[in-house]
Amino acid sequence: MEAISKKTGTGKAGRTQAGTLLDPAILGPAVGQSFRKLDPRLMVRNPVMFCVEAVAALTTVLLLRDVATGAGTVGFGAQIVLWLWFTLLFANFAEAVAEGRGKAQAASLRKTRTETSARLLGPDGTVAQFVPATRLKPGDVVLVEAGDLIPSDGEVVEGVASVNEAAITGESAPVIRESGGDRSAVTGGTQVISDRIKVRITAAPGSTFLDRMISLVEGARRQKTPNEIALNILLAGMTIIFVIAVATIPSFAAYAGGSVGVLVLVALFVTLIPTTIGALLSAIGIAGMDRLVRFNVLAMSGRAVEAAGDVDTLLLDKTGTITLGNRQATEFLPLAGVTERDLADSAQLASLADETPEGRSITVLAKEKYGIRARDMAEMHARFVPFTAQTRLSGIDTDGTVIRKGAVDAVLEHVGARDRSRGEGGRLAVAGRGAATRTATAADPAERELLAIAERVAKAGGTPLAVAQDGRLLGVIHLKDIVKGGIRERFAALRQMGIRTVMITGDNPMTAAAIAAEAGVDDFLAQATPEAKLQLIRDEQAKGKLVAMCGDGTNDAPALAQADVGVAMNSGTMAAREAGNMVDLDSDPTKLIEIVEIGKQLLMTRGALTTFSIANDVAKYFAIIPAMFLAFYPQLGALNVMGLASPESAILSAIIFNALVIVALIPLALRGVRYRAVGAASLLRRNLLIYGLGGLAVPFAGIKAIDMLVTAAGLV
Amino acid sequence: MTVNGWIQILVFIALVAAMARPLGGFMTKTFNGERTFLSPLLGPVERGLYRLAGVDAKAEQHWTTYAVSMLLFSAAGMLLLYALQRVQGLLPLNPQGMAAVPADLAFNTAASFTTNTNWQSYGGESTMGHLVQMAGLTVQNFVSAATGIALAMALVRGFARTSARTVGNFWVDLTRATLHVLLPLALPIALFLVWQGVPQTLAGAVDATTLEGARQTISLGPVASQEAIKMLGTNGGGFFNANSAHPFENPNALTNLVQTLAIFAIGAALTNVFGRMVGDERQGWAILAAMGLLFVAGVAVCYWAEAQGNPAFAGFGVDGSAGNMEGKETRFGVAASALFAVVTTAASCGAVNAMHDSFMPLGGMVPMVNMMLGEIIVGGVGAGLYGMLLFAIVALFVAGLMVGRTPEYLGKKLEAKEVKMTMLAVLCLPVMMLGFTALAVATDTGTASMANAGPHGYSEALYAYVSAAANNGSAFAGLGADTLWYNLTLAVGMLVGRFLVIVPMLAIAGSLAAKTRAPASAGTFPTHDGLFVGLLVGVILIVGGLTFFPALALGPIVEHLAMAAGTLF
Repeated sequence: MEAISKKTGTGKAGRTQAGTLLDPAILGPAVGQSFRKLDPRLMVRNPVMFCVEAVAALTTVLLLRDVATGAGTVGFGAQIVLWLWFTLLFANFAEAVAEGRGKAQAASLRKTRTETSARLLGPDGTVAQFVPATRLKPGDVVLVEAGDLIPSDGEVVEGVASVNEAAITGESAPVIRESGGDRSAVTGGTQVISDRIKVRITAAPGSTFLDRMISLVEGARRQKTPNEIALNILLAGMTIIFVIAVATIPSFAAYAGGSVGVLVLVALFVTLIPTTIGALLSAIGIAGMDRLVRFNVLAMSGRAVEAAGDVDTLLLDKTGTITLGNRQATEFLPLAGVTERDLADSAQLASLADETPEGRSITVLAKEKYGIRARDMAEMHARFVPFTAQTRLSGIDTDGTVIRKGAVDAVLEHVGARDRSRGEGGRLAVAGRGAATRTATAADPAERELLAIAERVAKAGGTPLAVAQDGRLLGVIHLKDIVKGGIRERFAALRQMGIRTVMITGDNPMTAAAIAAEAGVDDFLAQATPEAKLQLIRDEQAKGKLVAMCGDGTNDAPALAQADVGVAMNSGTMAAREAGNMVDLDSDPTKLIEIVEIGKQLLMTRGALTTFSIANDVAKYFAIIPAMFLAFYPQLGALNVMGLASPESAILSAIIFNALVIVALIPLALRGVRYRAVGAASLLRRNLLIYGLGGLAVPFAGIKAIDMLVTAAGLV
Repeated sequence: MTVNGWIQILVFIALVAAMARPLGGFMTKTFNGERTFLSPLLGPVERGLYRLAGVDAKAEQHWTTYAVSMLLFSAAGMLLLYALQRVQGLLPLNPQGMAAVPADLAFNTAASFTTNTNWQSYGGESTMGHLVQMAGLTVQNFVSAATGIALAMALVRGFARTSARTVGNFWVDLTRATLHVLLPLALPIALFLVWQGVPQTLAGAVDATTLEGARQTISLGPVASQEAIKMLGTNGGGFFNANSAHPFENPNALTNLVQTLAIFAIGAALTNVFGRMVGDERQGWAILAAMGLLFVAGVAVCYWAEAQGNPAFAGFGVDGSAGNMEGKETRFGVAASALFAVVTTAASCGAVNAMHDSFMPLGGMVPMVNMMLGEIIVGGVGAGLYGMLLFAIVALFVAGLMVGRTPEYLGKKLEAKEVKMTMLAVLCLPVMMLGFTALAVATDTGTASMANAGPHGYSEALYAYVSAAANNGSAFAGLGADTLWYNLTLAVGMLVGRFLVIVPMLAIAGSLAAKTRAPASAGTFPTHDGLFVGLLVGVILIVGGLTFFPALALGPIVEHLAMAAGTLF
């Protein structure tokens, strides 16, 4: 957990650090909520606590009857009844605190959803009318200008603008949104800072991204997740078992010639049924979602968060996740007869106008290594030849000089190897493998040498970029992928957790293999197409595995939808955001790893508290059973292993412990149990020790201590 | 406790463990339809039976069809057994001329033998003729046991299969269990018993004059054949009222050992079948180890309690060194009697070689606890395995989340449906056991049958319902159970305890079979190691055991504490 909260704290989106556990802004309203939640119609959603409420109401009626008739020991009864209601209030309080954190976030989101009016465009493209944003339908086209809030979610159909998305992401640096491509999605509630765009509305009123986000963080329409439902069934089943165990006692006691009061039976029942986990279950779920939100990831359903814990395979895009976004030039490798400096010079010239990070890194390398300064293109009457998908080359034409750089086979084609390459059967494979097969057949020695160098670079995981000047091959630039620091350790940790990592890359297999080895991923998918990605997911799923991936492009959408956990980048297209079941507001693909950890932590917290709750029962039996039967079977006093002062104090202590343990565990429920990236076996051993054996032992000490206090205070 | 006693116990445990694997291998092949050394002999018989019954052995069944087949078969068996008892006076092979069994008793007995309980509200030698003993009771001894094995196979297939619609064919499983497993094992055991002096005859009783000149009727009949399957099929219904304490059922220490081994043989081997079928024998060993831990603990407590004897006797100048010998046969002694009592209740057998009623309070509590847990310690043939697997599902669901994944067992995700069905199955035992006891001890009809006062009388009633619902069939004795009330309520307990566990269990089998199997990784909950065994035992004791803590406190526990203080009941 430390690791996660630290990252949240230092992350660029510290927007929703929703205070500490003791934030009075949350605790205050939560107290009020605790009482409102006593409404049986709300309570019935939680079978265990509903049972507690039913018996609390019953004992209250009995108590009032006793008060009216003046029968029985009212003082003791009143305390039991009081603690029963406290048990309920504590449970409600846990839920209210968990919800409160989300509500605070929702409130701040709501502020941004101000009522705006939109400039609706007519079919002719002119502003037809001003309409309130809430009346926009999908398909409407609106004009948004600098300073305007974008009225609803949509797709930019015309223009380019910088948009401040701080309302959604908490990141104040504006982003570019433009028509076409993968950056066309805009979100309602964000603000256009410069220029003007036409936006086609894609969301129906009330179901915009912001609306969904508000209802998600607020937990308003929180559905129970599959695992939560199953756990509830288990808890309900156990409650029924204890109903039988307790309801048969009066008959057994009557046979033995004694009797057991309703109050005592209720006390035994409430302490036996799994109230601890029953009280905290929904708080755990809400807090899990909340942890994701504070991590700037929105899960569209709790189901997705659970699925994240179950993930077996992570598909990670190489670029941006495993390696730094950009490849960098690290070396100039000239052919025989060409000096390194000449190659660097030409390479720099060819890259002068190349604004891609790769191009800039070439210029920088030439300058750093050989002191070649960038030159002014205008002075040289140079004309930049940009990269196109057809030529797959870029370069520069100056007076009489033609320099080109590009993929090895593209450059070879450029210098006249075209015929030979065609003869080999159409499009050449990308650098490495193509080069390898061609080395032997290449006739020209320069070409052969170039291919050999290219192969060496590719094998090392780099990308070879060939440079040619005036139809003459000069050499190769080694572009290197820089693997992110610390990523290898993270993959090792994932492996410990039993999660397989698969690197997805458009690189050729040789390059991919080298980077995969360097980064320590378990497998890689090279030359990945959207179809290959989708197929990979299906194959993994057919093997019974759960797959998580992230993506942003429209062509990622099918794979995002197919994956069990699909994290769409907020910077991505609307299609991608619709297809995924989580949205990462920071658009940081590395987060997939933390998302898995949060999912696991959620499940672990549930399991730990369930185990703790059930293990508690042993001590409670030893407290109440002897007290219950002491009147007619004094021998059973031998079972009073805790040496509790009196039957009344024993029963009262057990029920007080049962109520207080809920409060004591609220912080754990909200924070989640500590997660470590170790194998299941050692996790289990540790958690069984803490929550299993701890759950057995703690109540013995707790009940004894409360008994001493209760007796000292003279409460019984 | 003596070294000799412990050696007997340890030899027994070693033999059970040694038999599990070879028998498991044989049964795995049998139920997978592979060839075994018996195939040349029994294969044609099996195929002939299918042709006769019109069963397509290749046609697999959906769990619902499987369940309906099983229910129809059991209903038909119960009806037939009821009818046989009601008209036995008109049927041949009745040398003693036994009259028709009264309706409530016949109903109770029919329910009892069909559910593999073999609770006997009657005395065998004074109620049932040879034909009913053979065609009625012994037949049910075979097929109710075979049904249990078949059901376990269905659940195991649920774990073993991936994305499958079917869980096997009930008729095929039933036939194979009877023909390939029970008959071939029962035959040599029966012959062995005959060799050791157990009667096997169609003749009637022999009248004899004793040395004192009194006349005595010595009952005889086809005892050995029924005795073998009584143990092997964990049935437990004795030919004689005294059951395996009777010298004609269990003449000596050697037959006693063979009988105790026969009770555990198939149940223990089924854990190995489970392991083999899911492709990892260690999974089976883990289940057996959990059973073994609970078993050894039970034997230790029971043997200790019996070896202590009754402290009150010391005041009478009685030598207590032999332990508590009341209700025990001198040819077996304390250790073998305690062992037998724990084995017969750990499994769902219910045969007895000593009177549990006469055990020390804590000694008698161990059989009760064994049954309250649902007889999952090796358990009834088949029933023990599926009962234990249901507990494994509960254990994994409670603690499995702690590894940060949706709980899964053998790669099968445990979701709402499995949990719901498991809880249904787990619930019906306490409802029947505690519910009926509460009714019985609160009514005069119920208490009138009790032979003893105080907590001991209470224990007698509790034991009866626990035994019925758990489908054990052993009696604490001391309870006059042949009354309308007990016959009917115990029959209901037996039927619910059997079929309301089975149907949800089959639903789980069907649901699991349809799931894909997630491959194990470092992140999955390991279910083959000591940690899992410990967890499983813990959950069984807490979930299964704590339910009954109040009931036990008012019975054997208070009786024990009272005894220590000098009060006996």
